[in-house]
Amino acid sequence: MTKDRTVIRHTFSVLTDNEPGVAARIIGLFSGRGYNIDSMTVAEVDPEKNLSRFTIVTTGTEMVLEQIRHQLERLVSSRAVKDLTAEGPHLERELALIKVKGEGAKRIEALRLADVFRARVVDSTLESFVFEVTGSTEKVNAFISLMKDLGIVEVARTGVAAMSRGAKGM
Amino acid sequence: MSTETTMNGAQLLLRALGDQGVDTVFGYPGGAVLPIYDELFKQNSIRHILVRQEGGAVHAAEGYARSTGKVGCVLVTSGPGATNAVTGLTDALMDSIPIVCLTGQVPTHLIGNDAFQEADTTGITRPCTKHNYLVKSVADVSRIVHEAFYVAKSGRPGPVVIDLPKDVLFAQGPYTPPPPAGKEHKNYRPRLKGDLRAIEEAVALMAKAKKPLFYCGGGVINSGPRAVQLLTEFVKLTGFPITLTLMGLGAYPASDRQFLGMLGMHGLYEANWAMHDCDVMIAIGARFDDRVTGKLDAFSPGSKKIHVDIDPSSINKNVRVDLAIVGDCGHVLEDMIKVWKARQAQPDKKALAEWWRKIGEWRARDCLKYKSSKELIKPQYALERLYHHIKDKDFYITTEVGQHQMWAAQFLKFEKPNHWMTSGGLGTMGYGLPAAMGVQIAHPEALVIDVAGEASILMNIQEMSTIAQYRLPVKAFILNNEYMGMVRQWQELLHGGRYAESYMDSLPDFVKLAEAFGAVGLRAEKPGDVDGLIQEMIKVKRPVIADVRVDKAENCFPMIPSGKAHYEMILGDEAAKTGEQKVSEDGMVLV
Repeated sequence: MTKDRTVIRHTFSVLTDNEPGVAARIIGLFSGRGYNIDSMTVAEVDPEKNLSRFTIVTTGTEMVLEQIRHQLERLVSSRAVKDLTAEGPHLERELALIKVKGEGAKRIEALRLADVFRARVVDSTLESFVFEVTGSTEKVNAFISLMKDLGIVEVARTGVAAMSRGAKGM
Repeated sequence: MSTETTMNGAQLLLRALGDQGVDTVFGYPGGAVLPIYDELFKQNSIRHILVRQEGGAVHAAEGYARSTGKVGCVLVTSGPGATNAVTGLTDALMDSIPIVCLTGQVPTHLIGNDAFQEADTTGITRPCTKHNYLVKSVADVSRIVHEAFYVAKSGRPGPVVIDLPKDVLFAQGPYTPPPPAGKEHKNYRPRLKGDLRAIEEAVALMAKAKKPLFYCGGGVINSGPRAVQLLTEFVKLTGFPITLTLMGLGAYPASDRQFLGMLGMHGLYEANWAMHDCDVMIAIGARFDDRVTGKLDAFSPGSKKIHVDIDPSSINKNVRVDLAIVGDCGHVLEDMIKVWKARQAQPDKKALAEWWRKIGEWRARDCLKYKSSKELIKPQYALERLYHHIKDKDFYITTEVGQHQMWAAQFLKFEKPNHWMTSGGLGTMGYGLPAAMGVQIAHPEALVIDVAGEASILMNIQEMSTIAQYRLPVKAFILNNEYMGMVRQWQELLHGGRYAESYMDSLPDFVKLAEAFGAVGLRAEKPGDVDGLIQEMIKVKRPVIADVRVDKAENCFPMIPSGKAHYEMILGDEAAKTGEQKVSEDGMVLV
């Protein structure tokens, strides 16, 4: 039997009823079955229809990813599940806040790099900045790794929000 | 939708249960559910069966559900009442049994305060239920009950918990009747009809098969009597052999020549070899459990696999299949038969005859053969005699878990579905006695037997008291070998005969125990006693504990040791010749 054991990264969108315990159901499903969660974000997206939307980034073999989709679909609280990676081109964005402390040349270099990455300064003191950067996970990673040498104090990231390109919705 | 009159939460609950057709509830009272018990007291349409421990209530409801095809209903209190129910809920989840379990909860304003008998019931039961609810408003009570029954029985069935805070039970609210037939649930709509193109493709594969095999499971039984009928019709129409899983026994008449018996770890030689050698496998309502497949990469290596299941997550979970059909077994079988007939499909007669010849050879190996004894009661002999005496009666069998369970699956024959209740997926010792109780409640006139081991039955022996109270003529047929037999067997075969803690010391005198519970106690110590014991057990219209003292050293064969392939099956006579079996390190770590 040929089984593809290569581990790949996929992004899922899950539309659910906005009710207590849904996040616990999804997290429990992943931990109980030994699946990975690289990142998970959730918020209410439609108060009238009472809908929440989860974006889950996960890794697994093709068989595991198929299982994840079916397991998510099986939840009574779930309205729709999309494997964005499998279904075509899609957008992924996350936001990070990065606090950098430094003086002199380092401080100027941090500001210059922030400009290159289109990061905004959202807080500053005489010895620190807080940058807000938005973009793909790779872009955020790149910015953070550059800031490491320039006096990074702390990082807060939202995790990925994602949707498909084009006119069609979920 | 709501009616003018309001009722309190407990009344709303009972009315909703009534509208869902509930006639029996298995339960145990406690502080948080007193308002419900108060309302139960005032009515006569729902019968409450008082168990002796909440775990027994869930297994009883499972027995009730499996033998009737209806949803089993359980009522327990908050805290320990709910936590005691967890094993039964997990059992029902693994074996896809529809259960609605009502749990009491502390009043909403006390939730989270570590109140007396408070437990996070929805948190604890989330992974062991199909779905669960915490009812926060009395206005939701009846709607949630209706939805819970829908969820429990639709698609792949399973247990659902409704957690009811005490203040909600006292509050006044309106009643919502069940949604009209045809109104769909907003999210949960399992697919019933299979994809017709896939079905056509499946039939084309089957028609070309030279060594085909049906492999069917509990899903066929869960789909209902119509699916079972259609399966029999289709198997007959094709002339193909069929094997059933432990959960599927009864889905095809056991006495028919086309039935190869159960497959899997303790399955029949012919069934496992047919599975290994087949070229087209038609899996219907079965989930490729590890007890069935053995070593995965040696599992039926040459076959094209067709898999019909209502639960998409059961497909391609353990074994990659070539053709997946998501749908209800009954619906898909109906379409398969239609397509088969429309195509006037003619299987390759010559190849099929050759396949049956091969199967005949495997059958001739007579894998259930055992060494009979004049001194010791062989457990297999006891079951053969049991079957001889009950086969013409309307009998229902439940089991506990272990050697006796596997022997029962091998030696008792089921012609009809819903007559065999055993804990398959979870393997819950202590399942059989309360399950038998639930079956007997649903079928008061039937002969209900719990084939048990002396170790398992002690796990829920308190239910003898319930059995006595309701005068249920349940028979506990104990194959007593004074060991946890399956544990001992594994220790013999895999751990050098070091019988760590598997010896059942200080067993009760089961005859006296029966008498203490107001039941009849019987004992057999020699093969010559067995027939008399069984006849007496059947004759008395009272609960019986039959203590059958069997050979302590007998092992259950055939056996595929864990981590091995179907072709590495050990047979009883071979094992006797070669002594200890070598199992690889890889196999040792598996259960």
